[in-house]
Amino acid sequence: MLPEFDLWVPKTLSEALDMLAQSPAPVTPVAGGTSLIPDLRVGRQRPAVLMDISRLAELRGIRREDGYLVVGAGTRIAELLTHPLIAQHADVLRQAAAVFANPLVRNRATIGGNLADAAPCADTAPPLIVLGGEVALTSRAGTRYVPVEKFMVDVRKTVRRPDELLTAVRWPLPATDSAAAFYKFGLRRADAIAVLSVAVMLTMGSDGRCREARIALGSVAPTPVRAPAAEELLRGQAPSSDLIAEAARLAAEAARPIDDIRGTAAYRRRVLGVVTRRLLTSVAGQLSKG
Amino acid sequence: MEARAVTLKVNGRRHVMALPPNVTLLHALRDLGYTDVKNGCEKGDCGACAVLLDGVAVNSCLVLAWQAEGAEITTNAGLGSGNQPHPLQEAFADSGAVQCGYCTPGFIIAAQSLLAQNPHPTEEEIRQAISGNLCRCTGYSHIVAAIQMAAEKLATGQGDQR
Repeated sequence: MLPEFDLWVPKTLSEALDMLAQSPAPVTPVAGGTSLIPDLRVGRQRPAVLMDISRLAELRGIRREDGYLVVGAGTRIAELLTHPLIAQHADVLRQAAAVFANPLVRNRATIGGNLADAAPCADTAPPLIVLGGEVALTSRAGTRYVPVEKFMVDVRKTVRRPDELLTAVRWPLPATDSAAAFYKFGLRRADAIAVLSVAVMLTMGSDGRCREARIALGSVAPTPVRAPAAEELLRGQAPSSDLIAEAARLAAEAARPIDDIRGTAAYRRRVLGVVTRRLLTSVAGQLSKG
Repeated sequence: MEARAVTLKVNGRRHVMALPPNVTLLHALRDLGYTDVKNGCEKGDCGACAVLLDGVAVNSCLVLAWQAEGAEITTNAGLGSGNQPHPLQEAFADSGAVQCGYCTPGFIIAAQSLLAQNPHPTEEEIRQAISGNLCRCTGYSHIVAAIQMAAEKLATGQGDQR
């Protein structure tokens, strides 16, 4: 049995924004509910008011717009696996969707929910961070865009204001001379929660040097984080195996992991270096083949 | 928190129930008598409560009943009956894929969802598709074989395609 709460069911986005603006108490939006409902059951979250946004048509759909790929917050994880625009412009996100929880959960969980839930292990966050992803926070006053890495500020805490709704995620269409990859290290092959996850993206100049490098780490800090020192080392350099090894070492240093049931901090740091090195090697290899 | 009348369409039948907002689709269905929908973990790990919601396989324990208002809900019992079993149900019975049976309805829903999108799955694709379903009798090999058998039957037109 779930604890008691009120459930508001707006029919349109406009009605949902009115409800958020006018509510005296905080409102918790619910779409797929795949994380929220188990949390309610065990008392980890105790909202007085939920608002069902699972059927708002305005939150659905994947489209190209003004040089961005825009994904509605209500897009289900399973849709990321089959949509041609994701395959074309964000295969790194598809890789994360493929190992997200399990197929039944992927059919219900949404990309917006995964970010708004703000778990350190959110599978879609590292890929979205290396893509330069931003969330659209919409209120009666309009929409502001916040980079994914600034949206989550602590474990399960975001900068969303009570009158705002996460309505979409967008990122600039990646350059053609870039490549990216994601790896989730879990303790089993399906339905795993990340021990750690890594996404990397490299953009290569015609001179064989990295024009841009981005590395994002999941499950090794209170929020998903970038590895700025490792990125800086790679920028402007040809990605030799020595350079990649050093970048991977710096990435592992950027982590602030904890000991928990899935692994110790020391283990996480060790595996993080290995996973980052392998991903950078693979992505650099893809780009050098042209 | 007040109850309101909610219309649920299950296996082609319409039901109107007075429900407060904190009732999951799982409990609403079981209270209506659809006890083929099993209550396992209630957190989306085991798949025993899987149903098709507008054709998409989901865990009914993670859906609030109000969120399913007006949607087409199909449970395992809606796919076929004892007299006219669905090819998946027949294959599960024929190939020893049913042991205690508790997980079976959820596996059949997950398998139906797979075959609707991919009529000729590989063994790996089948294993992926059922990775959100747990069988505590651990009879996975026979379950995989049953899904392969049903896929072949459906492909060769021996099964009654629904």
